[in-house]
Amino acid sequence: MRQSALHPAANSGAALIDQLGSVLYVGAALIFVLVMTLAIVGVVAKGRDVAVKHWVIGGGLIFPSVTLTALLLYSLAVGNGLSSIGTTNALQLFLDCFGGRESLPISMDQPLKIHVVGKQWWWEVRYEQPNGGEHVVLANEIRIPVDRPVELVLSTTDVIHSFWVPSLAGKVDMIPGRTTRLRVQTSEVGKFRGICAEYCGGQHALMAFVVVTQSPTAFASWLQLQSQPTSAPSDATMRVGYDAFFSAKCHTCHTIRGTPANGTDGPDLTHVGGRAMLAAGILDNHIGTMAGWIAGPQDIKPGNKMPDDAALTGVELRALSAWLGSLE
Amino acid sequence: MKSIQLTLLASALFIAACVPERDFRPHVQGGDAERGRVALKELECGACHVIPGVGGAHSNVGPPLENYSRHSYIAGKWPNEPERLIAWILDPPAMAPLTAMPKVAMSERDARDIAAYLYELD
Repeated sequence: MRQSALHPAANSGAALIDQLGSVLYVGAALIFVLVMTLAIVGVVAKGRDVAVKHWVIGGGLIFPSVTLTALLLYSLAVGNGLSSIGTTNALQLFLDCFGGRESLPISMDQPLKIHVVGKQWWWEVRYEQPNGGEHVVLANEIRIPVDRPVELVLSTTDVIHSFWVPSLAGKVDMIPGRTTRLRVQTSEVGKFRGICAEYCGGQHALMAFVVVTQSPTAFASWLQLQSQPTSAPSDATMRVGYDAFFSAKCHTCHTIRGTPANGTDGPDLTHVGGRAMLAAGILDNHIGTMAGWIAGPQDIKPGNKMPDDAALTGVELRALSAWLGSLE
Repeated sequence: MKSIQLTLLASALFIAACVPERDFRPHVQGGDAERGRVALKELECGACHVIPGVGGAHSNVGPPLENYSRHSYIAGKWPNEPERLIAWILDPPAMAPLTAMPKVAMSERDARDIAAYLYELD
């Protein structure tokens, strides 16, 4: 799973930012070398006549004016590119922006809207349905189709968080009482790790998530599956787990659509078995980590809101972990 | 002076050598302890166990695995012997139906290497 602003996803906002960074670093290095060379030449060639006026006007006025103006225009074009996500060709953006063309190349698709709510210390993810139906509520994993602009609507229910997927885009804060937005897009299929980039309490460092980019068809069938409820299991072992879920009162905080569990303080678990990771990007998702998290959330992430007094027998713990793992 | 120092050093070495070696120390035939350490990390056994040498393994859902080579029993039930430990790691509920430890999917080689690493914990 990738997490690096220096290794951006293809045709993403992060790629634009990476390009901007390279231009600045390389440009600054060249100018530094030029100035140092002039300084050395000045010392070595002392006593020789120079055209002082030319140097002052050329090096002191014209050069910085031209360089800074070009940089300003370029960075404005990059900024434009970030808000009209869809291309990494900064030169093209530059020409579009200042070449008299009416509009930038914006994809014809309507952006897909996904609401992400930062919470101590996990992420609620809500998809708007194409038919305008109820949001599909998920957690800690965001899937997006490639080659389509996605608008992330960011908010928080407690403290300030910051949403950052270094390989996809810049970071945007989630501020109490406000809604912020971030546009992302990429043409690359892959898995990218995101993190909270604003200190938000004791387990800030353990507040991560996964962004999965996939083909539009794979994405559509995934979202269709995620919008479906589940039902009580018929298998005897799974049934032990299902009953344990309610006897341990897990349903007071968690929703599992299609069952009586409708708590909203914790993540929706209707399809928890299909997620790449558990506990907000902290543990791989398999029966062992599921059991460990259910029985010892305070060991793994001290201070989080999930209590570790589930008081399940070993058999119940294994059955519950198996059942939750089966909810794909 | 020199000879006194030498004598002291020699006696220190002699006394150190007197600490009795353990008669029995379990050992896994063909196990790769370092590979086992990596497997423990990748399978995230630390979600339940304290495991020295494995980063992030500090949970107390299951027993701590410190000094595992000195443990007398596996899960309080079976003598701590290599082949039994490998079988336990592969499928705990098969050996103790009431255990809380689930059967985590892994290769037999992983289990063998994990056992080798646990026996390095003295």
